[in-house]
Amino acid sequence: MIRVEVRKLLRRRRTWVSIFLLCLLPTVVAVFLAISEVGPRPGEGPTFLSAVLGNGALYPVAALGIVLPIFLPIAVAVVAGDAVAGEASTGTLRYLLVRPVGRTRLLVAKLVAVGLFVLLAVFSVAVSAYVVGVALLGTGPVVSSTTVSGTPLTREQLAVRTVLTILYVGWSMLSVAAVSLFLSTVTDSALAAALGGLSVLVGSTVLVALDAAESVRDYLPTRYWLAWVDFFRDPIFWRDIERGVVVQGAYVVILLGMAWANFTTRDITS
Amino acid sequence: MIRTSGLTKRFGRVLAVDGVDLDVRAGDRYGFLGPNGSGKTTTVRMILGLVYATRGEIEVMGQPMPKRARDVLPHVGALVEGPAAYPQLSARANLSLLDAAGPSSDAVSRRNRRQRIDTVLEQVGLASVGRRPVGAYSLGMRQRLGLAAALVGRPQLLILDEPTNGLDPQGIREVRDLLGGLNEAGTTIFMSSHLLAEVEQLCTRVGVVDRGRLVAQAELEELRGVTGRSLVRVGDPVRAVTLLDGRVTHRDDDRLVVTGLSVADLTARLVRGGVAVHEAAPERRSLEDVVLALTSHGSDRVDSGRLDPGRLDSGGSRRTGGHRRGRTADPTGPVPEPLDSPRSDASPPTRPPPEHPPMPAPPR
Repeated sequence: MIRVEVRKLLRRRRTWVSIFLLCLLPTVVAVFLAISEVGPRPGEGPTFLSAVLGNGALYPVAALGIVLPIFLPIAVAVVAGDAVAGEASTGTLRYLLVRPVGRTRLLVAKLVAVGLFVLLAVFSVAVSAYVVGVALLGTGPVVSSTTVSGTPLTREQLAVRTVLTILYVGWSMLSVAAVSLFLSTVTDSALAAALGGLSVLVGSTVLVALDAAESVRDYLPTRYWLAWVDFFRDPIFWRDIERGVVVQGAYVVILLGMAWANFTTRDITS
Repeated sequence: MIRTSGLTKRFGRVLAVDGVDLDVRAGDRYGFLGPNGSGKTTTVRMILGLVYATRGEIEVMGQPMPKRARDVLPHVGALVEGPAAYPQLSARANLSLLDAAGPSSDAVSRRNRRQRIDTVLEQVGLASVGRRPVGAYSLGMRQRLGLAAALVGRPQLLILDEPTNGLDPQGIREVRDLLGGLNEAGTTIFMSSHLLAEVEQLCTRVGVVDRGRLVAQAELEELRGVTGRSLVRVGDPVRAVTLLDGRVTHRDDDRLVVTGLSVADLTARLVRGGVAVHEAAPERRSLEDVVLALTSHGSDRVDSGRLDPGRLDSGGSRRTGGHRRGRTADPTGPVPEPLDSPRSDASPPTRPPPEHPPMPAPPR
């Protein structure tokens, strides 16, 4: 069943269009940076963007910083929200279930497919950004790759930390995926599920920025999303990253539990 | 094959299915009839484990459902409330994905998948459909694909909801032949429909459901028995009425309904009396009569019931049909006009005309 879901994901045009669009935005940004050679001043604009002018090898990380707050969650919410509700609205859900595919199995397969999409999207953004970054912005001398703390990074260190960033950003998307997947088992409308997932994201972002909501801030799903910057401190500042991993994991476990409880006991009337 | 006892489903305040005791035996061609919204689809969904019953037991192939769905459903092919497929993929890709999603066995394995798909596409008449995405299919093609999907796992039991929906007369004929052939090869067929002619031509056993209750379940022949009256079309109706001496219960131009005489006696008497007999046949209840009698609970019931003795007793006694002239007295001959149609003199605006079956398929 997992193989079937992966096949469906990979055969779907929407998968590739959304990944293409995700890669497009950082590319456009890189083109403008390369032409104008005017970067945002340090401390302004998307994280890391000021540093990439001197070194394109840092660009994958900057690109992830560009797509992380909005575009990546949108793509993930659309795919995850469609997972069950989309099958329900085309009517294929009932045929899968009487094939038979166990409801738990179906849910697990959908989750794996969504996870794969997240990884695929994040890696595509990183790879395309690396190519574009190196081509347009050039690779500066190794010493110009520096951490935000100002110490130099070797090429190996940079590569390792970039991969860690990719994984962390991917992991961060799982809470959006889990919310949307849960909503996808509640409604038969893929659109409603995707928008529901996004509104949780927006709500969380608003509350994180609100000082009055400080008491709950640390438990919000987007609270530690930007902690990947800490991979580029010297030494790596693990505290927020660890907390981010735990918070995301908690959301995933709770929401998947809810999705499972709802889906396995629900009447399929679509 | 399918056995339910006291099957009940409540959606909130609505009692969709109420104490249904189905009994579908192996080898049956079972027609599940009822007006729209009478609980047919909910029952089918409960049998397939899509909807959970509020009360009651379901047994499919001797196994409790939905508890043993994993063992039962691989042997069941289903078409539930219309076909469904991924619109961006071809028929073949759709069947392949669906087949790969479920468990495999010796008879239904990955190795023979391609061959099985070829076979079912051939069976439903989509053999040369090629790589066109299903999104571009016509309604009839989708319906055929839905049937193919039900057949691809080589099921022992077919549960089909409106299998001929969207098909033209030729297509309906093909599907009927296909299902008949499968049944002869040992497949049990359970089909729900409101196309009575479809059920009448294919099924041997019927269950009639109305407002969530099973109001009849019997062999088709038993339901659709002769009424004891005879129908004749004669050359000289006035003379015939005199000859038959009060046995004519109804006359419509040259068509007579005669009671108390067998067809043989009747024709003999008429011919001796010098009346030409164009047609003569025993009157039969049509399935339509039976079903309408069993399921007419509309708001017009009092009005039309007053004029329709066949329907007055429908609430109490099971298996009584209306006394309308059977349409199937002579299946090969022309379909005569009904001689005494109770609905013709009932107030027409209150009751929509019964859903008439499409024209019978022409022989090919």
